[in-house]
Amino acid sequence: MGELNSSSSEIDLDRPNIEEYLPPDSIKEFHEKLRLRDLLDISPALTEAAGAIVDDSFTRCFKSNPPEPWNWNIYLFPLWCFGLVVRYGILFPVRVLVLTIGWIVFLSSFIPVHFLMNGKDERKKKIERYLVELMCSFFVASWTGVVKYHGPRPSMRPKQVFVANHTSMIDFIILEQMTPFAVIMQKHPGWVGLLQSTILESVGCIWFNRSEAKDREIVAKKLRDHIQEVDNNPLLIFPEGTCVNNHYTVMFKKGAFELGCTVCPIAIKYNRIFVDAFWNSRKQSFTMHLLCLMTSWAVVCDVWYLEPQNLRPGETAIEFAERVRDIISVRAGIRKVPWDGYLKYSRPSPKLTERKQQIFAESVLRRLEEK
Amino acid sequence: MGNTSSMLTQYDIEEVQEYCNHTFSQQEIVSLYQRFCQLDRNGGGFISSDEFLSLPEFAVNPLSQRLLRMLDGLNFKEFVAFLSAFSSCASLQQKIEFIFKVYDSDCNGKVTFNDVLEVLRDLTGSFISEQQRQQVLTHVLEEAGYTNDSSFVLADFIKILGNSGLKMEVEVPVD
Repeated sequence: MGELNSSSSEIDLDRPNIEEYLPPDSIKEFHEKLRLRDLLDISPALTEAAGAIVDDSFTRCFKSNPPEPWNWNIYLFPLWCFGLVVRYGILFPVRVLVLTIGWIVFLSSFIPVHFLMNGKDERKKKIERYLVELMCSFFVASWTGVVKYHGPRPSMRPKQVFVANHTSMIDFIILEQMTPFAVIMQKHPGWVGLLQSTILESVGCIWFNRSEAKDREIVAKKLRDHIQEVDNNPLLIFPEGTCVNNHYTVMFKKGAFELGCTVCPIAIKYNRIFVDAFWNSRKQSFTMHLLCLMTSWAVVCDVWYLEPQNLRPGETAIEFAERVRDIISVRAGIRKVPWDGYLKYSRPSPKLTERKQQIFAESVLRRLEEK
Repeated sequence: MGNTSSMLTQYDIEEVQEYCNHTFSQQEIVSLYQRFCQLDRNGGGFISSDEFLSLPEFAVNPLSQRLLRMLDGLNFKEFVAFLSAFSSCASLQQKIEFIFKVYDSDCNGKVTFNDVLEVLRDLTGSFISEQQRQQVLTHVLEEAGYTNDSSFVLADFIKILGNSGLKMEVEVPVD
């Protein structure tokens, strides 16, 4: 079934399709005769531009929210200092220790299993899977992750794909400690990249480079192959394609919704009571982000496994993606914006400007004919 | 880190208020300052075209290039003054003056047939042919009692746009 429309959609599998989400234009329609003042009055376009300068929904998606300062009060200040000492002096070293032990346990069993157990593929896979889960649990423990999972745990079966909203790479760790997902992720530099190419590869994760168009086709193909296999780990996709600050969701890429399989939404909502879990990859490295989490009191979050969804008859992939986004954003209590997250890295297509020009041009011509 | 708003003293705020004819409240100016710092990513004291264009909602605007020329190299005070035309406290005259400035790209106080045509070109792109655009403009001008050779001064704009129910307001979010 998934093969049916694959050839035509292969190339533009991940193409941003922001056109579909264009907000209603502010240029109103009149059915009056065109007068000079109508042509000279450019206030709608100007108001829109100024509105975007003052406040725009796109930047709001990627704004990290620093905690409200409350320690300026002289009475609370000693208490705050005490907290600081506990967090950095006691909690942090303990957590480093936990993480170190985790790594030792993990590596000392993963390396032999990975290199020595040849032949027994089935069992090797199982053990590796288990070890990765274990390591993720150590990670979660290292920031005292208080995670509440709601709903039935995901099961392993072919032809299903999990999609979740994306706040930080720790989303993956939190989900992975419960179920061994195979994730589609941006290839990262540094030690994260090393982990990706060695350890995570063994659970079937797929890497790509956002900026390389060729990678997209390869990933699209890998995706389709992956979901056909029965004993592959369930596929996890963050269809936003970038980390958003957990107050908003940006447009979902339609790739995950074109595979012709069941889509299981997962909603993740972080409680900002102790720390902002948003990873602002422009401002800090992942290591710094982890340190930030490890020196906070705890990372509190809720994970909801939601009702699996299927493509309805007559529904396009984009409509389907939008419906799933609705479900996730309602559950997690986050707001939707009509923007493509990749606009962080590129400019919007000139087509959008052209759309606006077309609407205006048509209204001018129409009104010119009115007598 | 730190609180950006703390960098503006009462004096600074009053100075900016003075400069923009008190079209913004003090709180609004603090908000605008935070926004200014947010947009000025490399901290150069002004917002570059690139930084403006990183706002998709601004970048898709047909008039964005034209506005960028006006926004180029503005410091915070001038930035607020630029936006003051969009304040709900700004007079109709101020708003029309702003529109006039958008048209008057060479800043000589006159808007010619070509100036209007250029803005119309920005707004309609390739969806109206150049010839048709000129025809439309000529037609509309003649109907209003002008010719292709007539140029507008600010007073003409006020006369033309003054009673058209111009709505040009942007709310500054204040927290």
